[in-house]
Amino acid sequence: MNALKQYIDLYDESREAIEQQSPALLNNLRRVAREHLETARLPRKGSEDYEATDLEAVFAHDYGVNVNRLPFDADPAEAFHCDVPNMSTCLYYSSNDAFHSSPTAERNIGQVVVEPFSMAAVDYPELMNAYYGQLARMTDPTVALNTLLVQDGLFIYVPDGVVAERPIQLVNIFNAALDMMVQRRLLIVVGKNASIKLLACDHTQSPDYHYLNNQVVEIVAMQGSTIDYYDMEESTPLTRRVSSIYVDQHEGSNVLIDGITLINGFTRNNYHVEVNGEHAETRLLGMTIASGEQHVDSHTFISHNAPRCHSNEMFKYVLNDSAVGAFAGKILVKPDCPRVEAYQGNRNICGAPTAKMYTKPQLEIYTDDVMCSHGSAVGQLDEDALFYMRTRGIGIDEARRLLMQAFVADVIDGVRLDALKDRLHYLVEKRFAGTLSNCSSCMAACRKN
Amino acid sequence: MKEIEKPEKGNQIIEEAAQAEYKYGFVTDIETEVIPKGLDEDVVRRISALKGEPEWLLEFRLKAYRHWLTLKAPTWGHVHVPEIDYQDISYYAAPRQKKQGEVKEIDPELKKTFDKLGIPLEEQMRLSGMAVDAVMDSVSVKTTYRERLAELGVIFCSISEAVKDYPDLVRKYLGKVVPYTDNFYAALNSAVFSDGSFVYIPKGVRCPMELSTYFRINAAQTGQFERTLIVADDDAYVSYLEGCTAPMRDENQLHAAIVEIIVEDRAEVKYSTVQNWYPGDKDGKGGIYNLVTKRGLCRGDHSKLSWTQVETGSAITWKYPSCVLKGDHSVGEFYSVALTNNWQEADTGTKMIHLGKNSTSTIVSKGISAGHSQNSYRGMVKIAPKATGCRNFTQCDSLLLSDTSGAHTFPVIEVGNDTSVVEHEATTSKINEDQIFYCNQRGISTEDAVGLIVNGYAKEVMAKLPMEFAVEAQKLLSVSLEGSVG
Repeated sequence: MNALKQYIDLYDESREAIEQQSPALLNNLRRVAREHLETARLPRKGSEDYEATDLEAVFAHDYGVNVNRLPFDADPAEAFHCDVPNMSTCLYYSSNDAFHSSPTAERNIGQVVVEPFSMAAVDYPELMNAYYGQLARMTDPTVALNTLLVQDGLFIYVPDGVVAERPIQLVNIFNAALDMMVQRRLLIVVGKNASIKLLACDHTQSPDYHYLNNQVVEIVAMQGSTIDYYDMEESTPLTRRVSSIYVDQHEGSNVLIDGITLINGFTRNNYHVEVNGEHAETRLLGMTIASGEQHVDSHTFISHNAPRCHSNEMFKYVLNDSAVGAFAGKILVKPDCPRVEAYQGNRNICGAPTAKMYTKPQLEIYTDDVMCSHGSAVGQLDEDALFYMRTRGIGIDEARRLLMQAFVADVIDGVRLDALKDRLHYLVEKRFAGTLSNCSSCMAACRKN
Repeated sequence: MKEIEKPEKGNQIIEEAAQAEYKYGFVTDIETEVIPKGLDEDVVRRISALKGEPEWLLEFRLKAYRHWLTLKAPTWGHVHVPEIDYQDISYYAAPRQKKQGEVKEIDPELKKTFDKLGIPLEEQMRLSGMAVDAVMDSVSVKTTYRERLAELGVIFCSISEAVKDYPDLVRKYLGKVVPYTDNFYAALNSAVFSDGSFVYIPKGVRCPMELSTYFRINAAQTGQFERTLIVADDDAYVSYLEGCTAPMRDENQLHAAIVEIIVEDRAEVKYSTVQNWYPGDKDGKGGIYNLVTKRGLCRGDHSKLSWTQVETGSAITWKYPSCVLKGDHSVGEFYSVALTNNWQEADTGTKMIHLGKNSTSTIVSKGISAGHSQNSYRGMVKIAPKATGCRNFTQCDSLLLSDTSGAHTFPVIEVGNDTSVVEHEATTSKINEDQIFYCNQRGISTEDAVGLIVNGYAKEVMAKLPMEFAVEAQKLLSVSLEGSVG
């Protein structure tokens, strides 16, 4: 079986339609992607770095692909409004894989560029040519597949020295009355000493259909820039997501990526960070709260290619019912990169006899003057703490909830946006209480709530 | 007991350390019977015939050989094993024994060899209080203290003798923990294994002395494929030591061994290794490829298996002494110091497979990399869904002594239930310059300071070694670090 074949065939059949409806720039890389896919196979369960995850099975489903870019009726700007209290953002939507801006988007005009690829290819051809497809590795078949079929994407550019006043919020919504796969693509270029905060949240509106989001994000952090990227998933049990984030960090840049999964079906998040400049700082955070049959797999790779940089990772999982969690992280320190400090942590709670956790923290160090560590633990809630709370009249369920909230609190506290931090605490509280419904929970909550 | 090193001996050790690169690198000029190079079914049959083995064992070897033909050498390790021409190796080399009358005497040359290595073959060296099985190339040369052990019902002999004398026992346990289908090198070993030790401790017996096997590769262009089988019946206890050396040669030699251990109810086995195969010269020329499969099965409830290893030798080490914790409340331990210098590569670690309820395991691994070497810890802790209440603690630290060396950790953790706790922590750092400075201030040279710090760093593991080995291992660490500083 080769699940990729159906997509290659689709491309071969509809090549003209795909290319006509995309900027020429995207077409240039398709041939390379096609060559890579020729011999590539999607990893199966048990392959290296895929101990718990079977991508072949995920892609094998017969999804529809909107190669003719037919518009869907729903107007997300109409259906959603942002209700993160005390936070004013510039809001953008993607409905399946088509981008829309909202009236609030106007606020950043003149400073930060947020455009679909189709526009950016005309307005900023040099930047697009210089960076599109340069970071993402085609050797990963999911990236090659995205490159082969992608027809549009979102280009975010912060010019040198510009500090984006308001966070950019991108709400990705799945809404189609059929099983569907989309190739979402983001290219974020942040100039020297520029700064931006970005919130992306994935939602699914129709719980009855199978959706697959095969997403590639490329982030270029120039000298002295600061980037916060908060990536939250709140979807349905039938939604699958394979996300690959590639980061290129230059000297003195500071990048924070926070991946939060509250409700999902199947998720695989890849984080690939190349630290290419001295004094760069990287912080990767991850929080997963999974129950039912949820499957969340995170894979991180931080390559320290320059001396005197700092990286810190912390991923936390709370697994209940039959949820499966997986974490594989690798820190690589290349030769001649002294004074690198790299830390990695993975803490997990298995809250049910059938929940499973796979973890693989790795270090690969080729320089001696470094400080690197990793730690990983799988366990349960502290019985003594539970007992203590019960002696003070707190019910067992409430006590467990409190402890679980405290467990994930430090990941939330790493968020550098106060309003979002408060919102996340609230959402997590609701999630543990089991009262988090798909719609009401999102940061851009539905009007009808 | 061996005399404990007195303080005045300390200087001597340093002198030895300063002089010696690899002091076991001599070759014994002894008549050796070597079968021609190459490997096919006839060679397997010939090895079996030379050892006068029963039909079932030949069958076992042939099955393994046929399976081996279908396998490819694994490439996932963080080591660079060059393509090995398996037809260019001789699979059987035996020092010729001269028979003098009825009594089987050891060749004086052989005895000298083992004396040089400090292995007490003569029973008058009773004071050393250790029973030894000495294996040179493919055969066991001599096993000491057999009679005294036999009084207690302890069987300690070479595996070839065990096949003849205790065929039922060997047949019952051979290949049960490491089947020939396990991996490429295990299949090869199962096909051509030559000699090794067999230990059986009967029910309720606490073995009164340390049992030890000393492995020596002597002949050129041969491989050593030994096989060790240890069975501790209910309530038994044994502490087993393994040491190994080889001559200095420019060619690489292959050592692919299997160790199988079975631990029954409430029994305990302590397996200690000081691995000091020839590591190759300063430029990475020559050395032993040490590609070993070691695994123990804690079959009984409350059984315990403890692996302690000090790895300083071999050009390439690929070895994962593991515990399958099948019995409820069984205990697995792994303590390791792996030191690599010059161009050595080591990929070593352990697997703890928890199948029994409330089983516990501890892993302490200390890696030290110097020169241009690469040192990896690779491990797995797996808790089966039905193995409730399990506990694991893993600590693996790496110490880097040069900016051209590498230290890596590749642990895998799989937890299948909600009542088990698994912890893993790892650190990698450089040797502490403040500590070296402190030692320098007090008149200790940098080289000695590094030796001291490394010994202190490895102390947690060294403390688990039996006394005789601990002293040897400490010396070995200093010697192996020779030339790595400054």
